[in-house]
Amino acid sequence: MDKESGFKRYLKLDLLPTPWCPGCGNGIVLKTICQAFDELDLPKDGTVVISGIGCAGRSAGFFNLDSVHTAHGRAIPVAEGIKYANDALHVVVVSGDGDLLGIGANHLLHAIRRKTNITVVCYANEIYAMTGGQASPITPHNTKTLTTPDGNPDYPTDVQFLFKHHNGYFARTSAYHLNHMKKCITESLEFNGFSFVEVRTMCIVNYGRRLGYKNSNEMLMHYKELYKINDYAEELAQDEIGIIKSSS
Amino acid sequence: MSTTFIEGSIAVAKTVGVCRPQVISAYPITPQTHIVEHLSELVANGELKCEYVNVESEHSAASVVLGASATGARTYTATTSQGFLLMIEVLFNIAGMRLPIVMTCVNRAVSAPINIWNDQQDSLTARDSGWIQLYAEDNQEASDMHLQAFKIAENKDIMLPVMVCMDGFILTHSFDPIELITQEQADKFLSPFTPQYYLTPKNPLSFGTMVGPDGYMETRYFIEKTMQVSLQVISDVAADFHNQFGRFQGGLIDTYKVEDASLVLVAMGSIIGTIKDIVDELRAKGQKIGVLKVRSYRPFPKDEIYKALSHVREIAVVEKAVSLGYGGILANEIKSVFYGKPKTPKINGYILGLGGRDITIDTIHQVIKDSVNVLSEEKFIGLNEALIKR
Ligand code: SF4
Repeated sequence: MDKESGFKRYLKLDLLPTPWCPGCGNGIVLKTICQAFDELDLPKDGTVVISGIGCAGRSAGFFNLDSVHTAHGRAIPVAEGIKYANDALHVVVVSGDGDLLGIGANHLLHAIRRKTNITVVCYANEIYAMTGGQASPITPHNTKTLTTPDGNPDYPTDVQFLFKHHNGYFARTSAYHLNHMKKCITESLEFNGFSFVEVRTMCIVNYGRRLGYKNSNEMLMHYKELYKINDYAEELAQDEIGIIKSSS
Repeated sequence: MSTTFIEGSIAVAKTVGVCRPQVISAYPITPQTHIVEHLSELVANGELKCEYVNVESEHSAASVVLGASATGARTYTATTSQGFLLMIEVLFNIAGMRLPIVMTCVNRAVSAPINIWNDQQDSLTARDSGWIQLYAEDNQEASDMHLQAFKIAENKDIMLPVMVCMDGFILTHSFDPIELITQEQADKFLSPFTPQYYLTPKNPLSFGTMVGPDGYMETRYFIEKTMQVSLQVISDVAADFHNQFGRFQGGLIDTYKVEDASLVLVAMGSIIGTIKDIVDELRAKGQKIGVLKVRSYRPFPKDEIYKALSHVREIAVVEKAVSLGYGGILANEIKSVFYGKPKTPKINGYILGLGGRDITIDTIHQVIKDSVNVLSEEKFIGLNEALIKR
């Protein structure tokens, strides 16, 4: 039996540091996921992590667990395949907004519909970060990015509404609200059905600094000021984080 | 002629810009290059009057340009690697609907394992899609090829899509002095796109409808026939380009010191430059060696290649892709050139540089040494023995 304890047992410590930029929010989310695993004492030989492509997608390789790094956008169906093959496994998708809500959005719709019992943690930094900062499906309207130099003409997707007519677990949280994030991830892992946790997190290098943030702490402080917690609401306003849960 | 010191991707974007595309659609990544980013800038600055559509995947990018082209617009897209693979379903649709779309395939490796460095596995995987495929040797050629590509694609006797393939990183991310094409020059070379068939309520048409066993085969027959016609058109367009711009990078093929050579290396893309340096070096030492560049891979110019190489005793095909279970793709096609001919040279195939492994002067020397010593066979060059013996 593995006698190790603490969240670090879920990480490949010898691979650290991660390749992420100094000030990146991804590490905060990665650590919090491991803390949630630890809180639930998830078995290392019974938990699988699946990632897509992008900065967030690099997460899979850092878990001291079985993992699959899939093609861009395909983390959810691969995770579903794993779950359907072995229902005893805890199956967790860890990927970014470009991956899950852009190229892979179709799969998200149908996994919600199928109620597959997996958990998705989305590092939602509003940008395709790894490739240098192109507009993602949740980049706010009018924001300037490399592919929207004139300001984003499109409006962001709001994932909570995809759950509207389907039972499932949706939570929005932020990299500033550590306790809330841990609560959301822990609950989502316990939820019997499809669960999705959208973590608002900072990409300082290919996003924040171009928007005028001097450092990632300023982005964190922005989350602190912007977001009010509203758990178990019917619907979350743009400046709210919280949990929307329907019976599974 | 004045030159501009510019990154390969940006030079390509500028050439595409002066071709006056009316709709561009691209997905930012998987992975993407600076080409479409720069085009989006030109559109945002008002320098290029064009609809630029950011979409959610390459599959959608290809579908958007399909729709726009069917509506009679000049269209362009670009991608690479996994993104290219995701487009493939639609690439077959585009060719089948005879839509003269131009795209850039920035050549990079495909997963798994994940690798975004240069090789040519992506575009070669779609060699049977019905797209004309041209491979650029350097950034000047890559830039010029896009202007030629629109002219080839939109030729009324062709009406097939054209893919310009350029090596990822080695070309796209390197800076070179480039003679950029001005708007005036482009307008002189390329007339506005006036398709004979397009979607208009005045004359309703259907693209891509269901065709049963009674008619499907003929659509393939016509594309194959057109591919044969395009051999001439590709040569003619390169000659026209030569006339107007004074630059000639080859038509279907290009040769360097092949005329009296006994050993000729055959390759596609940026590796040609490295090989030319070695040819010069070995020629200085008295070795009769040359290089043949396959510029048009589809259509495959069998006759031109045979004409250029019929006197050669040994051929070494050097390629950055592999047909797993069969070996070198280009090597086997070069072998087929000599089928049924009176004299067959010794043809060796070498697979190298996969997933971005460096191809150095030494690598090519190794190929040449091996080629001189062994009988017809195919092999990987530059493998890491430590990894293999693990
Ligand atoms: S580019 Fe952005 S998201 Fe990616 S590692 Fe750097 S800060 Fe993080």
